[in-house]
Amino acid sequence: MYVAVKGGERAIDNAHRWLEDERRGDRKVTDLSVDQIKTQLSLSIAKVMAEGSLFDPELASLAIKQARGDLIEAIFLIRAYRTTLPRFGVGKPINTDKMIAKRRISATFKDIPGGQLLGPTFDYTHRLLDFKLLADGSIDEFEPGKDTEQMFQHVTQFLNNEGIIETEETSSSEADSPDLTRQPLEIPANRALRLQALTRSDEGFLLGMAYSTQRGFGRNHPFVGELRIGLISVEFEIPELGFNIEIAEIEISECETVNQFLGSKIHPPKFTRGYGFVFGQSERKAISMALVDRALRWKELGEVSDGAPAQDEEFVLYHGDNIQATGFVEHIKLPHYVDFQAELELIRKIRKTAFEAKKDE
Amino acid sequence: MSLVRSKWLSYLAKSSESDLVGLYESTGLDPSYTYLRKPEIGTIMATARIGNTGQKFNAGEISVTRCSIQLEDGKLVGHGYVQGRSKKKSTVAALCDALMQSDKRTLIESKIVIKLKEIEKKRHDLIKRKAEKTKVDFFTLVRGEDEK
Repeated sequence: MYVAVKGGERAIDNAHRWLEDERRGDRKVTDLSVDQIKTQLSLSIAKVMAEGSLFDPELASLAIKQARGDLIEAIFLIRAYRTTLPRFGVGKPINTDKMIAKRRISATFKDIPGGQLLGPTFDYTHRLLDFKLLADGSIDEFEPGKDTEQMFQHVTQFLNNEGIIETEETSSSEADSPDLTRQPLEIPANRALRLQALTRSDEGFLLGMAYSTQRGFGRNHPFVGELRIGLISVEFEIPELGFNIEIAEIEISECETVNQFLGSKIHPPKFTRGYGFVFGQSERKAISMALVDRALRWKELGEVSDGAPAQDEEFVLYHGDNIQATGFVEHIKLPHYVDFQAELELIRKIRKTAFEAKKDE
Repeated sequence: MSLVRSKWLSYLAKSSESDLVGLYESTGLDPSYTYLRKPEIGTIMATARIGNTGQKFNAGEISVTRCSIQLEDGKLVGHGYVQGRSKKKSTVAALCDALMQSDKRTLIESKIVIKLKEIEKKRHDLIKRKAEKTKVDFFTLVRGEDEK
């Protein structure tokens, strides 16, 4: 049975007009500008850019305003917009050695060349609400220190020198790096494809997955070898000219974990690595990504899987995308009148049969 | 000081729209030009390497705008590949690229490109100097390696 249903149009229009009105909120309060969001909610923007998989702070701010602060809705807007844009090409691999670092810390070595730079961190704050902000208190500008140069070798290189940690090497087949925005994500995925999926995955999902490995579901004994956040240039070959230019400067967070590894049939005992790389200042996600990356590597390292969720690439890669997830979870609120009618008929019929059978007993 | 084309295109690409357009307008130049390619907003896919040295992976896209122009006078061609979604910025960058190849080079280089380079360096230096101020200065009462 097919029943065409009409009549929602006016209700939908009005619902959307009310939505806009609610977004604006109390007219006695100043309208929130995109610039204010861009400069004062930068960590929300980082999340929207990372999970929207498009680096554009202005668009992310607009999306956050339009979505009334619902970040998954904002990410949805960014993803939808991105699909309308042509892709001019693929950038050259970013070299994070050249980062202008805001923050760079290591939990494995105290004295690293270049030092430990805390940067603008929430760490070591007491997590007490600051009621001065309620009272519109002005904040002093942070005075910079003395002039300095930066060129930070990655901390994992120090272990490399001893040969005690695995090295990350380029692969001959990288010319065809898989791209899940072009071909559907297929399992088994190589590590490059897994990292693409993880870097755009939901922060909360990755955090939960990472936490589960620490609590014993696919434990991999991580240390944060290095965590850095800062600006990095992106090189791109101009097709008309045939040479590279630095076309963009973006902020990223990078985390390298060093993981204990007791050896397997195919590899001697050594330290292994997990890698996290995320758009924007987003260290919680960068750390989570590195932990989950390492958990998913059990097969290539010859480890025995615990069968833990974080080691199951199908589970992790297919459920981490919050836009796919929200689309499927939330769609069940939309009209399913016909489906439900069928279910209703079915249950009525079964009940009738069941009652009749009982009566006959 | 002689900048190669890839360098000046880089400073133009990474500048903010307001800096670039402001500096360009301050030169008072207003050459006639035609578009060879009209400004177009798109993306590039950023890539990174696992552990910075390993296999390449797709990290996410970045919004960019491009256009190509040709100056009426001299028929020089300029390309404006810039970060962000600004057709104005892309056009001005393309004009600067073309003018950098013309007899206006000294003017464009000194009034725009070098200024953008300085703005970028200042931005980077400020981050480095702030970060330097948050450097941890460890001290220990007895250090193991000092023991005889």
